Amino acid sequence: MAQITLSKLAHSYLPQPKGPGDYALKEMDHVWQDGGAYALLGASGCGKTTLLNIISGLVRPSHGRVLFGDRDVTDAPTAERNIAQVFQFPVVYDTMTVRDNLAFPLRNRGMEAGVISQRVQSIAQMIGMTDVLDRKARGLTADAKQKISLGRGMVRQDVNAILFDEPLTVIDPQMKWELRTQLKSLHREFGHTMIYVTHDQTEALTFADKVVVMHEGRVVQMGTPEELFETPAHTFVGYFIGSPGMNLLDAQIDGSHAVLPDGTVPLGAAYPVLQGRTQIGIRPEFVTLGAEGLPYAVTRVEDVGRHRIVRGSIAGKPVNAILDEGATIPADPKASFQPNKINVYADDWRIAPQGGAV
Amino acid sequence: MDKTQNNRAWFMVLPVLIVVAFSAVIPLMTVVNYSVQDTFGNNEFFWAGLDWFDDTIHSERMHDSLFRQAIFSAIILAIEVPLGIFIALNMPKRGFWSSLCLVLMALPLLIPFNVVGTIWQIFGRVDIGLLGHTLAALGIDYNYTNDPLDAWITVIVMDVWHWTSLVALLAYAGLQSIPQAYYQAAKIDQASRWSVFRYIELPKMAGVLMIAILLRFMDSFMIYTEPFVVTGGGPGNSTTFLSVDLAKMATGQFDLGPAAAYSILYYLVILLVSWAFYTVMTNLDRAEGGK
Amino acid sequence: MMRVKPSAFVMLAYLIFLLLPIYWLLMMSLKTNTEITSTFTLWPADLTFRNYQTILTDPSWYMGYVNSLIYVGLNTLISITVALPAAYAFSRYRFMGDKHLFFWLLTNRMAPPAVFALPFFQFYSAFGLIDTHIAVALAHCLFNVPLAVWILEGFMRGVPKEIDETAYIDGYSWPRFFVKIFMPLIASGIGVAAFFCFMFSWVELLLARTLTTTDAKPIAAIMTRTVSASGMDWGVLAAAGILTIIPGALVIYFVRNYIAKGFALGRV
Repeated sequence: MAQITLSKLAHSYLPQPKGPGDYALKEMDHVWQDGGAYALLGASGCGKTTLLNIISGLVRPSHGRVLFGDRDVTDAPTAERNIAQVFQFPVVYDTMTVRDNLAFPLRNRGMEAGVISQRVQSIAQMIGMTDVLDRKARGLTADAKQKISLGRGMVRQDVNAILFDEPLTVIDPQMKWELRTQLKSLHREFGHTMIYVTHDQTEALTFADKVVVMHEGRVVQMGTPEELFETPAHTFVGYFIGSPGMNLLDAQIDGSHAVLPDGTVPLGAAYPVLQGRTQIGIRPEFVTLGAEGLPYAVTRVEDVGRHRIVRGSIAGKPVNAILDEGATIPADPKASFQPNKINVYADDWRIAPQGGAV
Repeated sequence: MDKTQNNRAWFMVLPVLIVVAFSAVIPLMTVVNYSVQDTFGNNEFFWAGLDWFDDTIHSERMHDSLFRQAIFSAIILAIEVPLGIFIALNMPKRGFWSSLCLVLMALPLLIPFNVVGTIWQIFGRVDIGLLGHTLAALGIDYNYTNDPLDAWITVIVMDVWHWTSLVALLAYAGLQSIPQAYYQAAKIDQASRWSVFRYIELPKMAGVLMIAILLRFMDSFMIYTEPFVVTGGGPGNSTTFLSVDLAKMATGQFDLGPAAAYSILYYLVILLVSWAFYTVMTNLDRAEGGK
Repeated sequence: MMRVKPSAFVMLAYLIFLLLPIYWLLMMSLKTNTEITSTFTLWPADLTFRNYQTILTDPSWYMGYVNSLIYVGLNTLISITVALPAAYAFSRYRFMGDKHLFFWLLTNRMAPPAVFALPFFQFYSAFGLIDTHIAVALAHCLFNVPLAVWILEGFMRGVPKEIDETAYIDGYSWPRFFVKIFMPLIASGIGVAAFFCFMFSWVELLLARTLTTTDAKPIAAIMTRTVSASGMDWGVLAAAGILTIIPGALVIYFVRNYIAKGFALGRV
């Protein structure tokens, strides 16, 4: 096991990349701690899978280095890196039995038969397939096959990292939850570094200690679920995480106040003079509808169980609010924001307030 | 796919039935008709019962031809199937070179059978052929018109030249259908090259390979023109396969009765073996579909 | 960075094996008979096109090509036309005896032409069809129709049934649906089936020769007349051989992008 370092890493699938648009991954420097549970989150086509394949060695990066511990593995083939990977669609060896499928990575590394059968047994138990161990993989359903793929990924104990590429896409929702819980407990038990690629924020936030959000070939934020929620580093993170996402409003920043077309909003701290397009971001959870604040036009109210989502706008710009059960909307609502929960963005990147306060 | 029961679908099959009846069933009835009759000429026929069948089943000549035919088909399957797979594995996967290989490989498949025979007849001749001449210059005694072994080798090499590409193209199509993730997973599992072939490539090729084997078996079992042009069935009878023998009997000697009985037995042998192949194939299909 | 892989060597060796005999035929077609029989040269010392001239100026030669192309074209047309509805029936419906019928069709593909040569001759004589293009075209249906049904069925199975149902709901009649919607969807399948029909009709000779005497005689059969009083006319024989390869090569060139998929008969 080792910590994974990405140093000045960038990748283009074109032999002669010209502009930044030709890069599937833009230059990045990151350290993935040994034993961490990471989720790689982003929309389709943002470079998640490319990054994963670079770590596993299926793709050689066109720029920069990959280090496992102190060892440079940029040019090392997949086999030498000692990692496991589970793919989006089930990859099983059809003609083998379930047992042989699970034992395959161990046998290829010449392990003892006794150790193998013990290991296979415990993995089979974990994925709940002990009763079909001697069946051929061919006839099984897609989610059974995917469980085998998961099992094959976890059967080796000495791996540097286990990579998951949207592994639960084909699994039905209930099983999803169960398998994810098992992955977590497995992580706690063995402490493997796990990297889990997904475009589903719930999956990412429940699985990972640290979530890595990617957008257009760039890592825009790497942080705990709380950090992503409280202080999104990029407007994309604010918009992508949360349901509904963060409200973003164009505003002039004047010290500790934001000037909007319909009025002024107090901020929790003072900000320097900013260049470019400036915005404030506020999560719907921290928007209050009451008698004071900015005039708010309600479009519709959605009841989603424990709370209600109010869709509306301020000066024509959409702003959502989340109301607790039982709370009422006044006849002529005004919206106010919790000052210390407001984030300020210049050209989409978060600006830290002056004086180091929140 | 679950199909609906609809007996009116027979109407859609009707045109095929008419055409095939015209080109297969009615002519076949003539053969059956001949096979149970005898003639002394003048278009006068009389009932001969199953005598011809009895004769043919017990004739040395049919046994020898059938034996030669079986050996021939077995040898060319044993060479062409593994060689075809091997070639398919080595073909470029995409791009210009892959198209070029495909085009060049398909070329022998579209040469009329007797031209294939002619090409090899010329190619192997000691006086004017590149192959024969080169072998002679190397001091190898090679003459396909005199030596039965040389004749066999020539006919087999010719068939390998002619048809291996068919197997290779089918296998290639099977390989192309394997998603990249399988190879990546194999790398991560540290599978050997052999394991990749044995557990990923071969199972995925199984379906198309069965088609290849079926086609190659059927066509090799009815091979006529190519050996006829190259060796004329000789030297002696050494390359007289079933079709060559049958044509000699029917058009050379006009022994219509025995030839007809011969035809029917020949057809039955082919049907039997093909049916066995077909059954295995559809069973494989069903196993594949039963996921 | 040019690294030659072992697979490139394998392919090179195989392609040389494939092309060498054709190369030799081509070279021979460009030589004079004296050069062919008296000396051994790897390429023509005395380049001549006389052999080709002989063929292309003599109607009894070049009509052979026309004859071949006519019956091959006819056969392809008939085979595809009758196979299309049948393949649709097999791919969409279960009906009485469907499986047996399908296998019975395939058995015709297994029928040795040698078995059928004589009965065909007598049968078509009875109808006065001997030495006509249609006779050969029909005879070749024996193996091409089953093959076309088989290939087309494979491709049609890949088209989801919902397409048919949607079309019916939209008020299409079956024939209109079949021609306007379904056929374009399986266009590549039709192309592949036509390619195979062309291929097997073009290369078959035993039946084609048996059923023709002069007017519809295929080129491949005419080639056998190069034996004359003065011995073999090797140069002309080789030139005729080369000319029979050209139509096949052209067809391959046009379908090159579909070859791999086509050879899997829609079954991968």
